[in-house]
Formats: sequence, structure tokens, C-alpha cells
Amino acid sequence: MNLRTIFPLRAAFAAAAIAAAAASLAAPAAHAADITGAGATFPYPIYSKWADAYKKETGTGLNYQSLGSGAGVKQIQSRTVVFGATDAPLSAAQLEKDGLVQWPQVMGAIVPVVNVDGLKPGELTLDGATLADIYLGKIKSWDDAAIRKLNPAAKLPAAPITVVRRSDGSGTTFVFVTYLSQVSAEWKSKVGVGTAVEWPVGVGARGNEGVAGNVAQTRNSIGYVEYAYAKQNKLAHAAMVNRAGKTLQPSSQSFQAAAANADWAKAAGYNLILTDQPGESSWPITAATFILMPKQPKDKASAAQALKFFAWAFEKGDKMAEELDYVPMPDAVVALIKATWAKDIQAQ
Amino acid sequence: MTEIARTALTRASPAQETASRARALAAFKLGDSTFYWMTRLAALAVLGVLGGIILTLVIGAWPALQAFGADFLWTQRWAPQLQPDPVLGALGPIYGTLLTSFIAMTIAAPVGVGVAIFLTELCPESLRRPVGMAIELLAGIPSIIYGMWGFFVLAPFLTDHFQPAMIRLFDGVPVLGALFAGPPSYLSLFNASLVLAIMVLPFITAIARDVFATVPPMLKESAYGMGCTTWEVVRNVVIPYTRVGLIGGLMLGLGRALGETMAVTFIIGNSFKITGSLFAPGTTISAAIASEFAESDGVHQSALILLGLLLFVLTFFVLAAARLMLRRIERRQGG
Repeated sequence: MNLRTIFPLRAAFAAAAIAAAAASLAAPAAHAADITGAGATFPYPIYSKWADAYKKETGTGLNYQSLGSGAGVKQIQSRTVVFGATDAPLSAAQLEKDGLVQWPQVMGAIVPVVNVDGLKPGELTLDGATLADIYLGKIKSWDDAAIRKLNPAAKLPAAPITVVRRSDGSGTTFVFVTYLSQVSAEWKSKVGVGTAVEWPVGVGARGNEGVAGNVAQTRNSIGYVEYAYAKQNKLAHAAMVNRAGKTLQPSSQSFQAAAANADWAKAAGYNLILTDQPGESSWPITAATFILMPKQPKDKASAAQALKFFAWAFEKGDKMAEELDYVPMPDAVVALIKATWAKDIQAQ
Repeated sequence: MTEIARTALTRASPAQETASRARALAAFKLGDSTFYWMTRLAALAVLGVLGGIILTLVIGAWPALQAFGADFLWTQRWAPQLQPDPVLGALGPIYGTLLTSFIAMTIAAPVGVGVAIFLTELCPESLRRPVGMAIELLAGIPSIIYGMWGFFVLAPFLTDHFQPAMIRLFDGVPVLGALFAGPPSYLSLFNASLVLAIMVLPFITAIARDVFATVPPMLKESAYGMGCTTWEVVRNVVIPYTRVGLIGGLMLGLGRALGETMAVTFIIGNSFKITGSLFAPGTTISAAIASEFAESDGVHQSALILLGLLLFVLTFFVLAAARLMLRRIERRQGG
């Protein structure tokens, strides 16, 4: 059994962050102050990778606490950090009220993962309606007619499906249930959308790593995780039928295709959700993760430093993002975002 | 101080003697009152902290109290996604907390007390220390380790062997059939109860062993001298003599079972639905708070704080009930 799936990676990072904080307290004059941020766990692997590279290059460190999207929003609202990060974008009205600027920093995808004897990664195909029915508890067994119809060749056991979902509030959940609401009217009316919802069935596990661990451990189970977690834990992901009716495997190409469709220029505050996009090769559960910064930062110098870091990430971070199966923002969108910075954030 | 006082007493004139004695006594008095006030302050500090916690909980829970009122206690739905007016109810967590603690205590109390009886009355001297130390070590293991063991080792065994057998055995039997209804689940109320039982067992055993050791040997030997069996000695001498301490130990175990968080969150499945089956996932008050607090806000967060307050009240009532029971037994025995 892979212990990493169950030992929250986050704890180790938190310990490292505490150690770093202690070190910076011990030697305040040794280097420039770190950029502080808090929020979503979904982009945490890539932010920390960027931070390492950035520190080597410039000497400026990043102290990012991956507490969850809700905590990120709360901390930036109370201005205890330089930037906040969230997977569930704030509405334009909310941004206005809090005096915040929001932009997408990187994109990722969520994949259904299954643990069924004999099924290898990508061998099971699901569509949105079937996925929603499984999570609604309407499809109870792996040999249900709806699943068999999508997978005529696969050998599916007559075993009950164990549904695994998040027990903590989560941006990953927000994106996943947003997709289910788009493809299933029943999901929309019965459950709806939120970072934590009233799950009709299933067992709850904590964090992406908890869901991955539970699916790995439980036979005949299904869960949803950020793609990197599925890959790291060697879980069997499912292929998905997208809006155009094409069956797709999760891949950088299919994530990028979904992102390319998005019309960022028209979305106020970049408040855009990338699930269920049109296009033949669009992965249906793709999501951007967002950064929040105040329009009028208290500490202009550190805000400028944070913007410098994000500009660097847009410029030089693409390859690192792809290595971890995140999708970098397209150049045209980056140009839009930089214009927004210049217009709205009074950092310099 | 006393040394000086004594030399002063032996050598000085009567007048000096009285004066120095008064001085020494005054110093003692000062020491005494300092000690009195320090201990009193420590005791008051505990009350202050307790009051502070209650106050903070009530203030934090106030929005949820206003929104849900008493309905909070018997609403089963937990729907934080309904913004801006979520429907939140504590019935699921309360049910899970009471049920898991009850099952855990049903298993752990007889076994724990049994281990203690064996250790104090029947165990060969050479085994006593190793077994005793093993019990104490069990009590010191961090709860997350129990959770991981429950998840990786116990859960697969229960799901693959024990649960299917029980489901087959009771299929179609009224009440029991519903209690042991399928499908088997890795994460369930029953698995959590079993891990809780193992977690509280060392507490009960450690305390029971200590109080059993306080029984005067004379009492036991008199009983043996009259021809009592070991069972009769335990039943009629040891347990009646130590019942206050014994119930205290059980209550400590129950307190831990009610409040245990990490291990339970790991293996209970965190589902607010009440299905009636022991093999279905559930949740407890502390598991719900641990899972959802970080990402909650507004009424949702307030409802979680209200859950915390409920656990506080629940624990208080359990302890009060234990005290009451104890007093009743004592009155009956005394009268």
C-alpha cells in the first residue's frame, strides 16, 4: 500500500513551512521577506514547485499555506496575507465589495478514478449523466445497464459501487458538482453546487489524497481527484464522454482544448468555470484556479513582489506546470491578466 | 528556617524566645496563606477557562441557534450548499456519537475490567509487569495510528470476512436484519466503534488495575479464608470496594470515546445520513467539526460551533449521570 496516499502531503509541507518561518524569524536580516499567501490545495503542488525555482533564481521565497479555498478567501478579505487563492471564483459583485482583483493562474483537471478488479487506467468509460446517477445513488451496481451500455466490452462485476467523495469543503468538489449540475437536472435540483454539499450517498475522505487513498484501498469504489493525484497514486482513471459526444482520455491536450474554448475577455473578474465546454477534444471537468489580491494593498512593496512572482510564473513556469499535469494559461489570457494588474492594482 | 528557629529557642532569654517564636509563626502563616491563595487561584483558573470556553462557544453558536433553534437537534439534513439559507441539523452526528460510544463501551468495559482482574488477582507475578506495561503503552499510542491501523488492516478484514457473514446471517431477520444491512463498507459506524473500543480499553484497564490494587489484602484474604472462590472475591469484595474508582475509569473511557476525533474521522465515512445499519458510513460530532470547519463560513461555521457546544453539553450530562448513579449506589449501600 502506498502510504503517501494517506499521509497528507500537506502536513509535511506545513512542517517545512513552519521550519522556514522559524528560520526567517531567527535571521530577519538574512534575506528579503517571503511573499505570504494562503488558500486552495488543488494548485498547491505547482505553487510550491514554482516557489522553489523562484527562490533559487531571485532569493525571494513564497510562504503558501494550503488551507483550502474558503480559508484563502477569508484570509485575503481580512488582509492577513499578500494574496489568497481559490478554486471557486468570486463573483464580480463580491470582488467589488471586498476591493479585490481576481485572475486565473493555472488550470487543472479532475478525473473520476475507479478501483474495479481487472479494469486498467482508461478502460472504463463514463458520461456525465451516468456519473451523476452514480453520485446520486441511483446507479448502485457496477453491472448496471447504463454502465454496461457505455462499456460493452468490459467485464463488470455485479458488486455494489462504493462512492467516495470529499468530507471537507473543497474547491475540487465545487468544480466536480458544478459539472454534475450542468449534465444532470436531477443533481441540480436535488443537491446543487457548493464547496461542501449534501451528498446523497458515499463515504467522505479528507483532501484529494484522502479520496485517492480510499479508492486505492476500497474494492469496487469510485472517486474524483485532481489528475496529478490519480497519476501519482497510479489509480485507474475513467475515460469521459464530453459534451460533443466524443470519448476522451484525460491528457494535457484535452485539458488545453477545454481551456482554449473559454472566452476570458468577456468574463468580469475572470469568473469563468471551464466544465462541460463545447469542442470535440475538450475534457469535460477542467478548472482554473484563481489568485485574489487587494486593489489597494496595505503593503505595496510586498504586493509588487507577489505580482513579480506571478509574472515570472506565467513566463517561466509553463514547463513545470506541464510536468505536474497542470495546464498553463494561454499567452493571450496572460496578456489580459497583465493589463488587469496594471489597471487595477496599485502596487507600485 | 526551622533550624534557625530551633537554635534561637535553645539559646535566647524568655522574652526573646517569645518574640522569635512569634516571628517564626508569622512566617509559617505567611507561607500557609500564600500556598492557600496559589492553589485557590489555580482552582479558580480552571473555572475561568471553563466559563470562557462555554461563553466563546455560545457566542460562536448564536447565529446558528437563531437560525435553527431547537429544530437543530432533530433535523437529519445537512445541506450547507443551500445558500444563503443552509439547512443544517445535528441528528446524524449526535446519533453517530452516541452509537459508536455505546458500542465501544459495551465491548471495552467488560474486556478492560476483565484484563484488570486478571492482572491483579490471577496473573503469575512474572507476567504482571510486561502485560501491565503493554497496556500502558497502548494508552500512549497517538490516535491517528489507531485510525491508520483501522483503515489499512482492520477495515479490509471486516469488509471481506466479518461484514458479509453478518449480513448473510441476519438477512431477513426483523430488527437485526436492518441493523446489519449491507453492502459492506470499509468506512462504517461499526468499524469506527471497534477501533474506539480498542482505544478506550487501555484507559479502563489502567485505572481499574490501580483501584483494584488498593483493596486491603486483609479483606480479600478473609474472604478466601471463608472459602470464597476467586469469582466470589472479585464480585463481592473487590468490585464493591472499588466501585467509585472503577466507574471513574469507565467514565474517563467514555469521555475519550465521545470526543475522539482523528481516528474516527479516518474510518467512519463522514456521512450525515442515518440508515439504521451499523455497516453504513456515519459521522460523529467531532468528526464533522474536524472535516468541515476549515472551509466553512457564516451560518455553516456557526452550526459547527453549535455542534461543539452540544458535545460539551452531552459530555456534561454523561458525567453528571455517572455521578448521580454513583451517589445512588452509595446511598443504597450505606442505608
